[in-house]
Amino acid sequence: MLKLDAVRIDNGGFEVLADLAVESGARVAVIGPSGAGKSTLIGAIAGFYPVTAGRITWQGRDIGEMAPGKRPVAMLFQDGNLFPHLSVAQNVGLGVDPNLRLDAGQRARVEEALSRVGLEGMGNRKPAALSGGQQSRAALARVLVQNRPLLLLDEPFAALGPALKREMLDLVRALTDETGATLLMVSHDPDDARRIADEVILVAEGRAHPPEPTGELLDNPPVALRDYLG
Amino acid sequence: MAVLICGALLAVALNAETGRGLGRADWSAIRFTVIQAALSAAISVAIAIPVARALARRRFPGRSLLITLLGAPFILPVIVAVLGLLAVFGRGGWISAALGWAGFAPVPIYGLHGVVLAHVFFNLPLATRLILQGWQEIPAERFRLAAQLGAGSGAIWRLLELPMLRRVAPGALAVIFAVCLTSFAVALTLGGGPKATTIELAIYQAFRFDFDLGRAALLSLAQLVLTFAAALLALKTSGAEGFGAGLDRPVQRWDASSTLLRVQDGALIVLAALFLLLPLLAIVLDGVPGLSVLPWSVFRAAGYSILVALGSTCVLLALAVPMAASIATGRAGPVELAGLLGLAVSPLVIGTGLFLIVNPVADPFALALPVTALVNAAMALPFALRILVPAAREIVVVQGRLALSLDMRGWPFVRRVLLPRLRPQIGFAAGLAAALSMGDLGVIALFADPNRATLPLQIYRLMGAYQMEAAAGAALLLLILSVALFWSLDRGGRWHAEA
Repeated sequence: MLKLDAVRIDNGGFEVLADLAVESGARVAVIGPSGAGKSTLIGAIAGFYPVTAGRITWQGRDIGEMAPGKRPVAMLFQDGNLFPHLSVAQNVGLGVDPNLRLDAGQRARVEEALSRVGLEGMGNRKPAALSGGQQSRAALARVLVQNRPLLLLDEPFAALGPALKREMLDLVRALTDETGATLLMVSHDPDDARRIADEVILVAEGRAHPPEPTGELLDNPPVALRDYLG
Repeated sequence: MAVLICGALLAVALNAETGRGLGRADWSAIRFTVIQAALSAAISVAIAIPVARALARRRFPGRSLLITLLGAPFILPVIVAVLGLLAVFGRGGWISAALGWAGFAPVPIYGLHGVVLAHVFFNLPLATRLILQGWQEIPAERFRLAAQLGAGSGAIWRLLELPMLRRVAPGALAVIFAVCLTSFAVALTLGGGPKATTIELAIYQAFRFDFDLGRAALLSLAQLVLTFAAALLALKTSGAEGFGAGLDRPVQRWDASSTLLRVQDGALIVLAALFLLLPLLAIVLDGVPGLSVLPWSVFRAAGYSILVALGSTCVLLALAVPMAASIATGRAGPVELAGLLGLAVSPLVIGTGLFLIVNPVADPFALALPVTALVNAAMALPFALRILVPAAREIVVVQGRLALSLDMRGWPFVRRVLLPRLRPQIGFAAGLAAALSMGDLGVIALFADPNRATLPLQIYRLMGAYQMEAAAGAALLLLILSVALFWSLDRGGRWHAEA
């Protein structure tokens, strides 16, 4: 279980408060108005923003003081998910070993992950030679080999068209089904939440609310969410 | 300007006695020039890499001041720096004294050691700034992603820093190599003798000691070939694949937080700062007692120096501002090229050429000061253009449309828009030009007669006469004057510039 225990997050003067828990293996969408603190919440769990009060624990272990790479977290950002000067296979290989010293078995795992996301044979290309959707797939292949129990998505598919985005969400859903990872996914779009998430965390006015079942929340939105949904 | 430089080059070419060929001493000067420049470049960059890395991944109070100070050697007169280095590293200096206490022999400073030491002193800050720039061009997103993947300091080195250095370091090496090729004042004061003579110094000696103009011209040709080759090399090494763009998020680093790496980076920064600041401190400490024993000749020389510096600054501005304006409004090609010419030729080569031109018609020694001012302006031109052109382009882009819609063009646009908006850059360029000219010890050494010396030359003469106390006092005076000129011109440009 991921627990945020009376957590206060500092994003350069802007504060987000969170007191909530997410069950292991759950798929949770994080929605709310722009600027309310969705990315700040996700970024703090990943270790990119300091927590000034409270505790973040995973399976009872405090992860709040760990360096980002030491946390049980794989994360995709809004942008900049691939190193443009490295090949696709190298980018994926970084998920196995950030020093890129891979043995034959690990290289095979990279190949396997690439074909799982539909990029077989493209390992030698540079990211610039891939389409936007393929770049997302390459980043997901890395998430797969990282094999971390928590997957955080900060709208990595926001720049894709609607059909392509749905395709990616289905792929994420399939991947988390296979690995059993817990998913937290920032989204602007309630349809995304319905498509993939069992529960929704509403972030509004600098406060992250505990998760609620997706259907119930979206069908009977509280005031803050109603204003946002329009 | 192009006429000045090309005319000088033509005169050199016509007068070079190619028939005689290069003698053994000439070849040894060429060899020494290349070796010392290569060593200076390699050592500067090798030290700059860990220092820049430490500066890139640490935040501490005074960091931005230190990075600003890295620009200071650019306006520091060479002769002043040499005196400071002698006080710290020389035979009777602090380091040798400390070694003597510990029972070791003093370190040698004259010859190759000293020349390379002084060049590293001048170019380590430049190299650090160039390489730090490379670090700053790695977008914050890459460090964030690397941190997410758990990359430690070693992995980040291989993943991001090494590829960046492969792109940036060759350029820094080539630039410093080219700069050190044309070193004259350092070789004059710390080099010399058959084993440590640069081509520039050999030109000077052919002039002053043998008055062998044919040989001076021939050496100038050899120097030209070298500097052009180095300039081409420097141009070739710039460019190559980058890291792509980021969104200018502030860079945060999560790696290298271990105590060992903190201590290592801290020690590197402190050592580099000491290496740069101790000689300056030595100048002040040694110079203060000397100020009271300054001979009258020093003040006269200081007066000449100020005149030359101001004259040179006026010439520079009269050239650079119209050139920048015409480059910014579209006539780039040939004008920009003319501005760059100054980078590829050395002051002594132009000086030789001018001497050859003037000699038949007038007494070159009587023209020592105007010629110095002119050559100083030519040498400062490339730097001035690098300061002025980007700002002028920006002004034309941002305000040009509005001006055109008001039918403001030509002189009204220049007077009402370009010049007022460009004032901070003009002030900065003028400050640099004045400080460079103030501290220049190059052409003046070729042309000067005993009665007319600039302050740097007078310091050199005092050193030659072993009047070290007076030399130290004069060096402090020169330092103060150079900094004051730079500061007042730069400040003058920014005064009420926001209005």
